[in-house]
Amino acid sequence: MKDLIRIRDLSVRFYTYEGVVHAIDDLDLEIRQGETLGIVGETGSGKSMTALAILRLVPSPGKIESGSITFFDKDSGSEVELLKLREDRMRAIRGNKISMVFQEPGAALNPVYTIGNQISEVLLLHRRRELARAAKQRVDSLLSDGNARAAGLRRPLWRWQSRVYDKIAEQPHAIEPRLLSHVPLLRRLLGRLTHEAGLLTVNMLKDVEIPDPVRVAADYPHELSGGMKQRAVIAMALACSPELLIADEPTTSLDVTIQAQMLELFRRIKADKGASVLFITHNLGVAAEVCDRVAVMYAGRLCEVAGVEDMFLHPLHPYTRALLDAVPMPGKELQTIPGALADALNPPPGCRFHPRCSSATPMCEQERPKLKEVGKDHMVACYLH
Amino acid sequence: MSDWKFMGRQLVKNPLSLIGLVLITIFVIVAIFAPLIAPTPIGHRDPYLIPRDGYSVTPQPPSEEHVFGTTEGQYDIFYGVIWGTRSAFRVALVVMAITILIGIVLGSLAGYFGGIIDEVIMRITDIFLAFPALILAMAIVAAIGPSLTSVMIALTIVWWPAYARLVRGDILALREEDYVEASRGLGASSARVIMRHVLPNSIYPTLIMASLDIGAVVLSAAALSFLGLGSPEGYADWGQMTQFARNWMVGPPGDPFKYWYAVITPGAFILFFVLGWNLLGDAFRDIFDPKLARR
Repeated sequence: MKDLIRIRDLSVRFYTYEGVVHAIDDLDLEIRQGETLGIVGETGSGKSMTALAILRLVPSPGKIESGSITFFDKDSGSEVELLKLREDRMRAIRGNKISMVFQEPGAALNPVYTIGNQISEVLLLHRRRELARAAKQRVDSLLSDGNARAAGLRRPLWRWQSRVYDKIAEQPHAIEPRLLSHVPLLRRLLGRLTHEAGLLTVNMLKDVEIPDPVRVAADYPHELSGGMKQRAVIAMALACSPELLIADEPTTSLDVTIQAQMLELFRRIKADKGASVLFITHNLGVAAEVCDRVAVMYAGRLCEVAGVEDMFLHPLHPYTRALLDAVPMPGKELQTIPGALADALNPPPGCRFHPRCSSATPMCEQERPKLKEVGKDHMVACYLH
Repeated sequence: MSDWKFMGRQLVKNPLSLIGLVLITIFVIVAIFAPLIAPTPIGHRDPYLIPRDGYSVTPQPPSEEHVFGTTEGQYDIFYGVIWGTRSAFRVALVVMAITILIGIVLGSLAGYFGGIIDEVIMRITDIFLAFPALILAMAIVAAIGPSLTSVMIALTIVWWPAYARLVRGDILALREEDYVEASRGLGASSARVIMRHVLPNSIYPTLIMASLDIGAVVLSAAALSFLGLGSPEGYADWGQMTQFARNWMVGPPGDPFKYWYAVITPGAFILFFVLGWNLLGDAFRDIFDPKLARR
């Protein structure tokens, strides 16, 4: 399978008052076309930061220090270096080619707009050309309608609209129609754009299995349940059929039955749309359920990357093993990992896991183990292997 | 349309806000129809200058010719309070509009971008807030010369820092909201994020504070006029009319309320105007709360 995203030597650092935090340290990772890659790890291991780095949205005082993130655009066949892209080009990729689902569905929706309005916004941002074409077709069919005598005065308006939509289809970011769409009342003249976006929105909501999508589109976020909100957020992220969907703990705040529905939804979406999914979670069960491959992160570094079955049946890195042992099982006493997560300000030298590792050697304290291939599609960063 | 219906229902539901609405509506009508209610005498050039009937100092009680009586210098009180409504609206709305505009622009720049921009803007507001508001306003009016325009300029200068702070504080909190992050993650630009996701969530506290503050603006303008730092003499302005009455608050011995009409009438207009806006401000707070159900 071909790569969709290739991350090389990515480092993200936070310059805080107390010192420099190495949030991500020389990360190498690729996301392949059509696969679901899971990233698992404890809180603070750099999972979310990896996702934000791909979108170039690392919050201040964090900075992407070095490395490269290459995006292989399937539609245009071109290869883009995300970290070197101009900001406006990057905006055209966010939400369009790469989009993200956040952890808290309630917080990811703006309380003052309806669900439909918020999903339409994404379409109006990235799909102006297509929307304008659809709107023009509709106006043209009105114009050519034989029974148009009744329309009377509205015909010149339609003709004008047809011309404007034509212009938008040609230059989606032409300045005049954009200004017009900011003027109250006058923007109604271009209402068909919003209307077309609304139709697509309802389709999107239907796609994520929301019952009665027309009503839900007119609802405000507080009128929906948590599961419904998460579906709406997913619909928003999928509105432009992205090639990569980043899901940052999308099921954490939902209860278990809704979680199961969400996982099913993710699987179906992937199959339907052929998108890749980067699935960030700290729940190993969820990762086992949806992922094709799993990457384990610890203190900003990658420990192990393997196919999902390989990872769960033959874990190689001591940290992965410890994590799997720490999954609660009925009738078995819960195993914990001794010690605490490595201090991000003063990380231990060498392998960052060595203070907590039962099989640590003097070598582990001095030199950082490199990620090496130990089996088919199985990489691990440990001196044991 | 249902939004308007909702607003209407909220307004009517609370009797106090209804009173506020009625008061302000009456004032609006008075301001619009001032030329009909108190026609300008023929040959009188500026309608905002109160016609006077002689030059005697002592106020005259209500009579057929002067319905509310005349105040010091024989200015017609009825004419003055009616046309003064227009002055009150002009000062209040102009000051508030400019204040909100400056507050929103500077506050959102400071709050959204943070860092150096925030530091510079906020320290400037601190400097303005360090002066007692009324004294700073007096100093400004005194410096640029007393007139209604200088009163508006002075009040705007002392009023905007509070709004810049309010907006900044709201935006600082909203900036961290997930939906702002989500919107950036979906490809929105900074301008779009501010205009669409941040401001609409923070504009309501600002508008509510503004509607409550309109009364305070009118009070301050009246205070400046009362101190002789407002409109030119004879201009229809409530504050100035209270100033005319300053020497007549207490009547001669044995009849302390002899000149009540000169004091009470402009005072009552100011009172009801401020009261109306305050009640209406409370109503706006209920209406604009986005968490109230709209169906």
